[in-house]
Amino acid sequence: MTLITRRSILQGAAAAGVAGGTLYDMAKAFAQTSPWKPEAGATLNVLRWKRFVQAEDDAFMKMVDAFSKAMNVKVNISNESFDDIQPKASVAANTGTGPDLIWGLHSTPQLFPEKCMPMSDVADYLGKKYGGWFPAAEAYGKSGGKWIAIPVAVNGGYVNYRTSSINKAGFKEIPKDMPGFLELCKALKKNNTPAGFALGHASGDGNAWLHWILWGHNAWLVDKNDKIIINSPETAKALEYCKALSDTFIPGCASWNDSSNNKAFLAGDLHLTLNGISIYVAAKTAGAQGDAKMKALAEDINHAYMPVGPLGKPAELQLAFPIFGFSYTKVPNAAKAFVAFMMEAQNYNPWLEGAQGYLSHTLAAYDNNPVWTADPKTTVFRDAAKRTLPASGIGTLSPKVAAAMAEFIVVDMFARYCTGQEDVKTTMKTAERAAQRIFR
Amino acid sequence: MTDAAIATTATGRSTWERLRSHRDWMGFWFMLPAAGILILFLAYPLGLGVWLSFTDAKIGRSGSFIGLENYDWLSDDKIFWGSVFFTLFYTIFASIVKFALGLYLALLLNKNLPMKALLRSIVLIPYIVPTVLSAIAFWWIYDSSFSIISWSLIKLGLIDNYINFLGDPWNARWCLVVANIWRGVPFVAITLLAGLQTVSPSLYEAATIDGASRWQNFRFVTYPLLTPIIAVVMTFSVLFTFTDFQLIWAMTRGGPVNATHLMATLSYQRAILGGNLGEGAAIATAMIPFLLAAIMFSWFGLQKRKWQQGGDND
Repeated sequence: MTLITRRSILQGAAAAGVAGGTLYDMAKAFAQTSPWKPEAGATLNVLRWKRFVQAEDDAFMKMVDAFSKAMNVKVNISNESFDDIQPKASVAANTGTGPDLIWGLHSTPQLFPEKCMPMSDVADYLGKKYGGWFPAAEAYGKSGGKWIAIPVAVNGGYVNYRTSSINKAGFKEIPKDMPGFLELCKALKKNNTPAGFALGHASGDGNAWLHWILWGHNAWLVDKNDKIIINSPETAKALEYCKALSDTFIPGCASWNDSSNNKAFLAGDLHLTLNGISIYVAAKTAGAQGDAKMKALAEDINHAYMPVGPLGKPAELQLAFPIFGFSYTKVPNAAKAFVAFMMEAQNYNPWLEGAQGYLSHTLAAYDNNPVWTADPKTTVFRDAAKRTLPASGIGTLSPKVAAAMAEFIVVDMFARYCTGQEDVKTTMKTAERAAQRIFR
Repeated sequence: MTDAAIATTATGRSTWERLRSHRDWMGFWFMLPAAGILILFLAYPLGLGVWLSFTDAKIGRSGSFIGLENYDWLSDDKIFWGSVFFTLFYTIFASIVKFALGLYLALLLNKNLPMKALLRSIVLIPYIVPTVLSAIAFWWIYDSSFSIISWSLIKLGLIDNYINFLGDPWNARWCLVVANIWRGVPFVAITLLAGLQTVSPSLYEAATIDGASRWQNFRFVTYPLLTPIIAVVMTFSVLFTFTDFQLIWAMTRGGPVNATHLMATLSYQRAILGGNLGEGAAIATAMIPFLLAAIMFSWFGLQKRKWQQGGDND
């Protein structure tokens, strides 16, 4: 009930009035003032990642429906799982046929910036209206100073922990620095309530926590000029830290994919990991449906920022969800109107709430969304887009950076050392060589 | 009159008309659709792939010719050579075991068993389950914290910790080989069974009357008559295993630490996910010599009789 009240207030505040504040009316109003008038009889094909929260998808589809009716545009939505979006997008870019808009992840549009539809007008419109874009969002959206994608949201990954387990280990909260964090993980192992982070080819979690360690030590794959600087004393320190940390992990992390830690955490075997809010929401949902064990687990779970490393400031890698169009589209105005419409407060606020903390906003004005305060356990996720660096770290986002990430160069560098396959020098050289191959 | 008629036919019919009706050209016309399909769907993509491997093509941008640069980079790329090693390891071990188990099963199923038809269809089950589904099932079986194998062994008190099936390079390699064998045995077994059923019982009778033991029956009657089928089955089996993709992709994605990358998965990762079409094509092209060698071996190594190679039987 509270949800509905809050939503109507939000809608009421922004739209003409509480009575006239339905989504359709808002869409009508948008249709009249929108700087982009859809082409007559336009059909818009949108490919998006497959939802993992029903409420998010519901809010999205409602928005699609309102847009479709008010703008007189037929919108076809198709869904693909995370891993299949990029291959499809690549094929579309290569062949010049396919969806008009793709809502993908990470730096996908940076793989083929010259094939993307320019989006600067949409980005400026939204940025001006909603308090400006966070810097990392801007980095994800821009290529060569021009907007090629709109960073709709980021999926925050933070420390997920069991309060009871860290208390038992002698800690009140997650330490804010890396050495303290290592001590915590050691204590957790001693109590047989271990931590664990994916060391396998987990494109989300694996990249996220290993880049956090790398960047936190002021070590980077490339500098601003695409010069490869991975083979450095800082990287060596990051490797040593990671090795020490991985020695405290639950066995099997080298085989983990993105879902492995969720399963182990919910089963009660894993007590600290890096993840989105999904573990908590799964436990909470099951708890609400009468599962007493899950209810207790949800109450025990909490979240914290990733500790700050020797770099001295947050350097996280969060998963971005940019939406982009292709220049081959026959309906560029419909596509732009659609993207602007989905980011308008009346649509974005309920959608963000529906996402329950899985997704964090990229425009400053949405800091005030009630989802971040209604449940204090979601609050850390509010800052995901503020604390993340772009996938390139201090470098420039480019197809090469995207390729390096897709090929797990950083993940494998750490995994080789942590599993004892190569020593520090060799693993850095192997990574350097792999990077040279891509950046040649 | 006659002369005039002949003259008209000789000069009046165009070259096209002569080509259209000439007997020697008929064969060509009949072959044309088949050749067209082969060229369009086989030769052209293959040629394109080889061409791409000599370019620096990226996704979204056609490349320019760079000669052997891709191969040069691959030649001292540890991950590439690791994938070559694992591809050979995977193919050789899985194929040998698949052949042995498949032959054994085929011989068993060829016996007069009760409910023969039912048993034969049960054997086929692993083959008809979609590969991705069976791969996901195996992924659960090998899971680092939910493995049924580890769980059972712990309950039996044989081990203390969950086995790190897919997290350790060698464990992961063997696990994938086992999964591939499980999936591939039915194909070998059923095809060999079909071969066995073409062997006339009178041959066994004659051999038995001559005093042949069961082993001699197999060695000198069954085996020689089965070699053509074995050659075909093993060629296909080796090709399927060598070019496997789904099992690996669903279970390990080439991990841990690239220990289980097949050339096919590495090629996909670099070309489609990494965007380096040229390099991915070079890896795929590097598979061709291996595949040709496998085909040559089974064609010339296993088919020893002349009629199998197109000559008269002796």
